[in-house]
Amino acid sequence: MISLAGRDIHHAWGKFVLTGFGLGLLIGVTLIMAGVYRGLVEDGRALLDNSGADLWVVQKDTLGPYAEPSSLNDDIYRTVLAMPGVDRAANVTYLTMQVRKGEEDVRAMVVGIAPGLPGSAPGWPPYLIAGRQITRGHYEAVADIASGLKLGDRLTIRRNHYAVVGMTRRMVSSGGDPMVFIPLKDAQDAQFLKDNDAIWQSRRRTEANPAFNRPGVPGLLEAVIASQSTNSSVNAILVALKPEQAPDEVAESIRRWKRLTVYTRAQMEDIVVTKLIATSAKQIGMFLVILAIVCAAIVAFIIYTLTMDKIREIAVLKLIGTRNRTIAWMIMQQALALGTIGFVVGKIAATFSAPIFPKYVFLMPQDSIAGFLAMMAICMLASLVAIRMALKVDPAEAIGG
Amino acid sequence: MKSPSLQRRTLGLVAVVVALLTLFVYVAVRSGPLAPVAVTVAEVESRALKPSLFGIGTVEARYTYKIGPTFAGRVKRLDVHVGDRVKAGQILGEMDPVDLDDRVSSQESGLKRAEAALREATARQSYAETQARRYEELLAVRSTSEEMAATKRQERQIADAALSAAREDLARSRSDRDAVVAQRSNLRLISPVDGVVLLRDADPGTTIVAGQAVVEVIDPKSLWINVRFDQISASGLAADLPVRIALRSRRDQLLNGRVLRVEPKADAVTEELLAKVVFDTLPKSLPAIGELAEVTVDLPRLPEIPVISNAAIRRDGDKVGVWQVVDGDLRFTPIKLGTSDLDGYVQVLDGLQAGDKTVIHSEKALTAKSRVKIVERLVGAAR
Repeated sequence: MISLAGRDIHHAWGKFVLTGFGLGLLIGVTLIMAGVYRGLVEDGRALLDNSGADLWVVQKDTLGPYAEPSSLNDDIYRTVLAMPGVDRAANVTYLTMQVRKGEEDVRAMVVGIAPGLPGSAPGWPPYLIAGRQITRGHYEAVADIASGLKLGDRLTIRRNHYAVVGMTRRMVSSGGDPMVFIPLKDAQDAQFLKDNDAIWQSRRRTEANPAFNRPGVPGLLEAVIASQSTNSSVNAILVALKPEQAPDEVAESIRRWKRLTVYTRAQMEDIVVTKLIATSAKQIGMFLVILAIVCAAIVAFIIYTLTMDKIREIAVLKLIGTRNRTIAWMIMQQALALGTIGFVVGKIAATFSAPIFPKYVFLMPQDSIAGFLAMMAICMLASLVAIRMALKVDPAEAIGG
Repeated sequence: MKSPSLQRRTLGLVAVVVALLTLFVYVAVRSGPLAPVAVTVAEVESRALKPSLFGIGTVEARYTYKIGPTFAGRVKRLDVHVGDRVKAGQILGEMDPVDLDDRVSSQESGLKRAEAALREATARQSYAETQARRYEELLAVRSTSEEMAATKRQERQIADAALSAAREDLARSRSDRDAVVAQRSNLRLISPVDGVVLLRDADPGTTIVAGQAVVEVIDPKSLWINVRFDQISASGLAADLPVRIALRSRRDQLLNGRVLRVEPKADAVTEELLAKVVFDTLPKSLPAIGELAEVTVDLPRLPEIPVISNAAIRRDGDKVGVWQVVDGDLRFTPIKLGTSDLDGYVQVLDGLQAGDKTVIHSEKALTAKSRVKIVERLVGAAR
């Protein structure tokens, strides 16, 4: 038995393949959109993974440090370290800001990491793609490749210059901004250090305040000014637990005895994924749904038009006594073949274009499989309409008209 | 009925399908979670590390002389300005004496009066002395009464007492005058050392409380740097170690110095050790007080043992170690780390031998199940 569908495709394969390519690009866009959505969520997860923490200790009653500002004194980590079940604990600061490099500036999340050897404290970049980790306690930085910085670059944060000594990959904030790791003390300064004009103005303001500038008390003004320009706050304490410790128990005991707010990994993921990026994720999700519907409609329309194009040939087939089943099978086979070509082209296009996007596009294999199945289902549904039209055609049309 | 045109069509179709399928398979295997992770690998070297410590500090003067009056008063004149070089003993300025000059002349007059009183007492005493002697002689020849002689004797004793009172009075007056003169000269602001005027806190006419500084003088030879080292990375810090100093205003010009002392009291709040660092030779143009300086302390060279780059150090669960590629598979090797230097090399005390190969950089976090592809350099990581 000869394959009717094969013969038909063979007959006008250029047109068929081109249609498949066009469809493929459309599917590619849909897959990319799904990838953008997944990338948003993945960025949030990467942030949590890379911190290396099991628990996040933050200011009481805040959703910090990622979703809300949080401020803790930098000596609290010592008391957390003394809690049972805690293996390692380290201060960390996060600040999203413009980092200058020469004339340009890059939006980056500046992370202050506690000193020590890599691996000894949570918060350090878990792996590098070039260079080395920070060794000096000041003025060195490890930057993410997405920031466009290179090894050996000098970047400026506030008024200090930092040498880039290492590069990371996929170290991003929940918003997808590349991270720049710098030593904790510098980061504390960067977070609270005002520009020089503001410092001068603030000094003058203090000087003008008669309560602080008293002729009878030499040294008071200097003491007040000194106390204004120090910062001993951090945003959170990252806690790594001893093996086999239940995070919830340790979290509960810190909550109870230290009167701080503590989040476990599951709670943090909930905050980051459902609260922080919820709106933008929904926005993309909505767009994805619309795109999928449009895509389905176009597929159905193409298959319908392809069938309508050869309605005369179908009439001839009917006239020579071809069975309805054979005709229906032919149309469905063509639809599925078109869908397959479209999917393959789409997947290839999506994979090659994904790295070009400025933010992370995460193409999950599950998404691709689901996309393929959906594609097949849409093709089948669309071909049903075409089959119905084909079966209704009057064999007389082959001779007439 | 095979026509050549039909065959060409078939070939074309097959070519397109094969090309598409090849690309598809490539895409499926080479991207996403199925793709191998690119890593760079390096050999463990045996090397003698020369560790250093890095700290920052500010330039300070070891001795700052805050010169001001010991009484409340008003500044009368101030002859020096900031930056002036002054000599030990030089008068820098003077406080307003108000009534002190008048009190000095009053005391002078009082002193003269006391001298006059002394002269009077001396005259009286010598007369009483003479009288007493004469009556003694008269009494001896019985020419006067016993009573008269006793009276003259008593008068002489009184004159003696009056004389010593007048002498003491003179001494008191002199001391009083000296005290006022000393107070008067105390109003002069005098430099105790050869130095440079650092600050001029008040101008003539300003009222100053007792103890407030009017002028601050430093000894430029006593400049040092108060350096702070994070406690966690300050092991080996000791006095007399050589240091390299980079001042913020002249970054490229390294100055040599040494650690003078490590402060016995550390900063508990900032978790830093404090040390004082002195310059071997002071730069010609003096560094400004309060300028930021980066200080690198060179520690003695360590014996040669295996070292790795700190980029290789990973954590797997509760263990610190490195990933090694063994027969194409990844294996986590726990290691014990020693001292590190500022170039990012860390001593391996246990777990690795020189010549072992470890993963340095990787595109992703590694697990024992990761497939790896060893490359020379990772994409985008330009050196």
